[in-house]
Amino acid sequence: MLYLFYFFAAISVIAALVVVSARSPINSAIALVVCFLSIAGHYILLNAQFLAMVHVIVYTGAILILMLFVIMLLNMNMMIEVQKPAITKILAVITGGLFFLVLLAATKQGLSTPVPATFDPGVGLVKSIGIALFRDYLLPFELSSVLFLSATAGAIMLAKKDNSPNVNRPPSSEPNGNAA
Amino acid sequence: MEHVMTAIRVVPLDSYLVLSFLLFSIGMVGALVRRNVIIVIMCLELMLNSVNLLLVAFSAYHSDPGAQIMVFFIMLVAAAEVTVGLSILVLMKRNTDSVDMNILNRLKW
Repeated sequence: MLYLFYFFAAISVIAALVVVSARSPINSAIALVVCFLSIAGHYILLNAQFLAMVHVIVYTGAILILMLFVIMLLNMNMMIEVQKPAITKILAVITGGLFFLVLLAATKQGLSTPVPATFDPGVGLVKSIGIALFRDYLLPFELSSVLFLSATAGAIMLAKKDNSPNVNRPPSSEPNGNAA
Repeated sequence: MEHVMTAIRVVPLDSYLVLSFLLFSIGMVGALVRRNVIIVIMCLELMLNSVNLLLVAFSAYHSDPGAQIMVFFIMLVAAAEVTVGLSILVLMKRNTDSVDMNILNRLKW
């Protein structure tokens, strides 16, 4: 079981590194799929079966497919990405490493609440999640539908092609004009 | 079910802490280093997922389903966020013919 944890951990870290360092956005998206699937493996290892299924369906099934669709729609694979200067990259890596060290140092003394010795095997199954969701968290669940409605309306409004003559849009003769 | 119980007993909670911190740091470095907008969005997803993993680990170790409900709502918000972010990306590509983040610097100063 410990080996299974280290196996999934190694896969997720390596895939995350590939996401950050890959040249083409398609490779990044595929590596992100691998990373999310290994995180779903972690969820199953932690007995969170409902969340593992929702994670696979929502992230790898919907979000990443949407991202791949946008990458292919915008033909981003052929685009040459302008690299940031080397000093910026080095500073960013140093910042990330220092952040990691700070987080490790903050939890080095152990957590303030000790881990209980006994576990409830029912936590994370569909039954306990459903009871908690529809009894204690019913109002946030209903409000999330409003969030989705507004997100859908916003996405359609943003991505809709504006056919009316608009004085605020930059003229097309300026290919690098700002989308302010 | 017995295997899962032993899995939670064998792996210490600190391992999940380190893994989640590592994933979050990698996502942060990616969001700082890359200039392509869609890769920055992917790095944001990576950071959200590392926090989700830590919440699920705490929930499983403390036998509390509340944290898993929170992860569920984080997933909902992430789905809405990606929808709006990708539509902004499509709009940016249509107006500026580029997906470079540094073009959108009017709000910088």
